[in-house]
Amino acid sequence: MPILKEVSGYIYPNEIELHWGILIVVYPYLTGLVAGAFILASLVKIFNVREVQATYRMALLTALAFLIVSPLPLLTHLGHPEKSFEIFLTPNTKSAMAMFGFVYAWYLMAVLLLEIWFDYRRDIILWEKKESGIKKWFHKLITLFSSDASEQSLTFDRKAIKLITIIGIPSAFLLHGYVGFIFGSIKANPWWSSVLMPIVFLFSAIVSGIALVLLIYMVVTPMRGKEIDMACLNKLASYLFYVMIIDFSLEALDFIHRIYESEESIHILSELVMGKLFVSLIVIQLLIGMIVPLLAIAGVKLFKAPDELRKQVYFLSALLVQVGIFSTRWNVVIGGQLFSKSFSGLTAYKMTFLGLEGLLMSLFLLLLPFIILYVLFRVLPPWEEMREAQ
Amino acid sequence: MKYKVKESSKKLPDRRTFIQTLGSSCVLLLVPKFLFARENKKGAAWTYSNGYAPSEHYYGMGIDISKCIGCGRCANACKLENDVPREPFFFRTWVERYRIFEDGEVAIDSPNGAADGFKPGSAPEKNLVRNFFVPKICNQCDKPPCVQVCPVGATFKTPDGVVLVDSQYCIGCRYCIQACPYGARYLHPEKRVADKCTFCYHRIVKEKLPACVEVCPTQARIFGELEKKASPLVRFMRMNKISVLKPSLNTEPKVYYANFDMEVR
Ligand code: SF4
Ligand code: SF4
Repeated sequence: MPILKEVSGYIYPNEIELHWGILIVVYPYLTGLVAGAFILASLVKIFNVREVQATYRMALLTALAFLIVSPLPLLTHLGHPEKSFEIFLTPNTKSAMAMFGFVYAWYLMAVLLLEIWFDYRRDIILWEKKESGIKKWFHKLITLFSSDASEQSLTFDRKAIKLITIIGIPSAFLLHGYVGFIFGSIKANPWWSSVLMPIVFLFSAIVSGIALVLLIYMVVTPMRGKEIDMACLNKLASYLFYVMIIDFSLEALDFIHRIYESEESIHILSELVMGKLFVSLIVIQLLIGMIVPLLAIAGVKLFKAPDELRKQVYFLSALLVQVGIFSTRWNVVIGGQLFSKSFSGLTAYKMTFLGLEGLLMSLFLLLLPFIILYVLFRVLPPWEEMREAQ
Repeated sequence: MKYKVKESSKKLPDRRTFIQTLGSSCVLLLVPKFLFARENKKGAAWTYSNGYAPSEHYYGMGIDISKCIGCGRCANACKLENDVPREPFFFRTWVERYRIFEDGEVAIDSPNGAADGFKPGSAPEKNLVRNFFVPKICNQCDKPPCVQVCPVGATFKTPDGVVLVDSQYCIGCRYCIQACPYGARYLHPEKRVADKCTFCYHRIVKEKLPACVEVCPTQARIFGELEKKASPLVRFMRMNKISVLKPSLNTEPKVYYANFDMEVR
């Protein structure tokens, strides 16, 4: 058994192979992007920030595309995916994971789809009038054959959107806070068990969501032959910067708290951090994914850099942030299983390339939301100029 | 530019109806739970055809560390009895060896879970102070975290205090494996469901001993009733200073160790 060579110290015999692999890393990463993108959209809506208006619909569609894919890694990872509906039929209400379906369905149906529907309803009605063939029928179908674009109904739409946004923000918090709770509530695992876990998950989710919308905006706008709006970009970057500061402080707090409160597990955890997780935690997550982008964004803002340089810095920073947040998820999920619950040994993670739980599958699942997003952009163009004049 | 839009004949729902509809759709989501709710296993007062009534028993296990010789017959018998895969990394029960050296170093190992017994091992360079074996098994916790986390209720506690996995229900999410602080669970590679020690439930309902208890040549394992004064287990617990694993986690294990050493983890 080659894996035994990588085991150090004593670990319980059942623990040599990891039970949650890369798919369970992908799952909170995708879900985080959903929550983050939605919260960005809501901020735009609630505070009526004019500069970032252009990204409102884009962020909503991004959230939807990622939400559609986010249960797939969980499902693929199950030993018996065909029985997964049992989570709905006979959920164990004491289990954090059993809440997944309900939180998910609530978020998908009651928040995201409704908000998008109300936001687009008027436009689709107007588009559909000018269209013909399949497109017309498709648009007719998604307005659910409503054709009322009177002032009165539009007022209702606006009110509905407001209400949904107000319900939506706590729901987005719930969606990702709950994913953090899945880990944070495992008392047996000192790397996970922490009340701060849901909150840290949440803020890193917002960070990744804003960075993603920024990236998509920067890629899609030139592709459509349009100019990138610097005011919008600057604002997005500022949001990103501030939320990263909060996220950074929370993570630091969590870390200090662990050390200060250190128990019998501290030896194995420090061995883990300084050994197997050094590159992914200290170098990638902290340095490359957090400190470098923070300094870079602060730099261009402080020295009033020219627009061209800013664009490059923002783009690279947002990319690094994605890498950083992905490794955050990696370090939580994989890191938490590398040490034995005997607290006296470490094992290793051997990722497979092929197979349902392998690297290829994960890459596919990471790519899939972008394909869905492309389709969504096609059928529900989020661009400002596509909005029919009032 | 203004578009002419046909006035809809239907009246728009007012806000109240809208919220009501929203609310009732959410309630509807919960309907399947009630429609398809199955019998709650906890506290059911059933009897087996042979007259065995689970509610009349409450089981635990005593393990005397000073008696274990590390022969590993228990681990072997368990694999045979319970269809546990032969290859390494899958155990319902295993034995650990602790060697404590003069300089305070502790060496723990359990090659192949001790299913082949322990080889004497290369002569230690350092002086050995103590050497002992610790059989491990699912602790059949009274407050089992594995039961708490199972999303579908596939892991459950029987009235006689045994924690079981219903393989018909288990979806193989492995949440219970993460939640068990003792490494007692594994995912069965062929059945792809969680598996662990059942105290040989199929045997104990026929009033037989678990396989590991039966084969142990030194009677290091004592299986039996926890709530009957005359039982050998209660007597064992009275006569010895008893410890459990990781008491600080409040899982309330029902596997009780005698002659326990603080190095055991
Ligand atoms: S030892 Fe582990 S598997 Fe057994 S009951 Fe306790 S938590 Fe569950
Ligand atoms: S693996 Fe099976 S028994 Fe364990 S928590 Fe998941 S569904 Fe429950």
